[in-house]
Amino acid sequence: MYKVVNEAKGMVAHGVSACAGCGLELVIRNVLDVLGSDTLIVIPPGCSALFCGFGRETGMKIGGFQGNLENTAAYCAGIRAGLTAQGNDHTTVLGFAGDGGTVDIGIQSLSGMIERGDRVLYICYDNEAYMNTGIQGSSSTPLGASTTTTPGGKRTRRKDLMQIVIAHDIPYAAAASVANIPDLRKKVQKAKDTDGPSVLHIHAPCPTGWAYPPAKSIEVCRKAIQSGAWMLYEYDHGKYTVNYKPKELSPMEDYLMSQGRFRGISAEETGRIQEAAALRYQKLLSLEMN
Amino acid sequence: MARYKMLDGNAAAVEAIAMAKVGVISAYPITPQSSVAEKLSELVDKGTLKANYIRVESEHTAMSAAITAQLTGVRAATATSSVGLALMTEVLGMASGCRVPIVMPVVNRALAAPWSLWCDHQDTMTVRDTGWLQFYCENVQDVFDLTIAAYRIAEDKRVQTPAMVALDGFFLSHSMQKLLIPEQAEIDAFIGPYIPKNLRLDPKDPVIINNLTPSDEMTEMRWQQMMGMKNAETVIDEVFQEFEKTFGRRHSAVEGYCMEDAEEAVVSLGSMSGTAKYVVDQLRAQGRKAGALKVVSFRPFPYQKVREALENTRKIAVIDRTAGLGGQGAPLWTETAAAMKDSGKPVINYIAGLGGRDISMYTIENIFADLAENNGSSPVWIDLKENAENLRQVEMYV
Repeated sequence: MYKVVNEAKGMVAHGVSACAGCGLELVIRNVLDVLGSDTLIVIPPGCSALFCGFGRETGMKIGGFQGNLENTAAYCAGIRAGLTAQGNDHTTVLGFAGDGGTVDIGIQSLSGMIERGDRVLYICYDNEAYMNTGIQGSSSTPLGASTTTTPGGKRTRRKDLMQIVIAHDIPYAAAASVANIPDLRKKVQKAKDTDGPSVLHIHAPCPTGWAYPPAKSIEVCRKAIQSGAWMLYEYDHGKYTVNYKPKELSPMEDYLMSQGRFRGISAEETGRIQEAAALRYQKLLSLEMN
Repeated sequence: MARYKMLDGNAAAVEAIAMAKVGVISAYPITPQSSVAEKLSELVDKGTLKANYIRVESEHTAMSAAITAQLTGVRAATATSSVGLALMTEVLGMASGCRVPIVMPVVNRALAAPWSLWCDHQDTMTVRDTGWLQFYCENVQDVFDLTIAAYRIAEDKRVQTPAMVALDGFFLSHSMQKLLIPEQAEIDAFIGPYIPKNLRLDPKDPVIINNLTPSDEMTEMRWQQMMGMKNAETVIDEVFQEFEKTFGRRHSAVEGYCMEDAEEAVVSLGSMSGTAKYVVDQLRAQGRKAGALKVVSFRPFPYQKVREALENTRKIAVIDRTAGLGGQGAPLWTETAAAMKDSGKPVINYIAGLGGRDISMYTIENIFADLAENNGSSPVWIDLKENAENLRQVEMYV
């Protein structure tokens, strides 16, 4: 046992080396604060792996396993089965992966986990590219965003993770954002209490990859919500709830122009994004009505 | 009292896994392993085996889930074959590197391409350096015995290393043979309950397993794995001795047949070893001093035992059931030749039995015949057809 000189207040240590203004750090601190110590976490290589620590040091007070990139959900399923075999039905099993480990290389094991109904809380913190390896594009990178593998801006739209997991008729799924921490914490609690698989898709701004000043993380994410670039909603046992319902979405340009990654975007593309957001918003509202 | 049963190799593997009282099974079916995945699910469904069965969507997930399940403190089982093992390869290193002593039957089948459903050893040989123990079975009784022994060996505190029990696809997996199955109480006494001796995923005693390791420590952690392998040589001997005392059947890391005064010997792995023994008997009847050496433990490779067994021979034939493409020889030859490097004896490699081709008594007779004449030409592709050069040749129309 190591002597801890200054006990951190939450489940995450002081002084972890996330970039200034990192959205992911806010996510993990709040998530673990809600879940508490009776939690086992699986983290793949990626930005969040820094919380696993390096060498003999860890950044968290909970137990866990640093897995491979594509099998976070598989490792979680194994932990759950092992705990259940020993009569433990109280520990939260948490998968904590980025968009790359979720919507790209990890989509198969996640789909298997949801289909089997494994009781696992799976969180995708979405910073919309492979940030840890140097800002390469992912299938969650939005249309028009420049990354190191989409230098001229991404030509295709992003995958819709929420709709993919909802297609499995998952018991609980929710989209959240660091711009609304109380809403995020409430959703973490609901997911924790779900008797079955749950997925939280959390918008996690990345000043390094999105190219905006680190102090503006919350502001940028708030603009994403107001413009409909990111929507807060839940799918709870078949019922949709849209958590933020403005009468009118704010201009997409405000959101896009707040970040360097959309610098090269054309007016036509901005229009397409705005239009798609409006359509999606209407669709979600109608799903909520049904 | 032990009782006789008629089982095929897959059913013998299932019997051993069930008697080891695994808590979690995560298995994905693949020919010719499928009946292992099926029978285990049936035992769980009937309640005969009190375990959680995770019906995974791939072999990659099968191994991943087995690793973390076992890290929580229960035995976890899986089994695979061929391309399934290839898909698992990335996570095989996670099991061995985290010192999770999973025991996994692998039903040997050729790797694609070209597609083949049938036996050879390319699958397990491809993963021979992933840090797993590897035991090869000659018959169905071996499948049961070596699986049971593997739990003891893999879980030994000095070893803490996962183990593959390799059984030849169809030749063993689907071959009904008579075997002796001990009482559950005897197995319980022999294996004991699972006690995690190293890393554990326990919320009450939190630890992060497998974080980024600096160059400063990596070499030493690999060295520890090497020591686990080295210790396994001793533990294998101990466990096999105790196994013989308890169950009356003798196993060893290498098994010599008529080796005491043998001048010519064939070294083999797996089900072909029985045929080799038969051919040795025939040759002995003709007055030839033939012998057979069966390697049971390929990882760790018991090079000292192999050297001692081959000490008095004049010429050595090593049969590999995999091609060893681009190498001076295939893997069993490489190891045997390395063990014999100071002896000056000719060690000739024979490539045989690929993609389900039978290694018949004629094959082994041909090997002995070639060995008698061979002046150092190796490897020899035995039983190679005359049309090898133009088989399935594609005409290019430009």
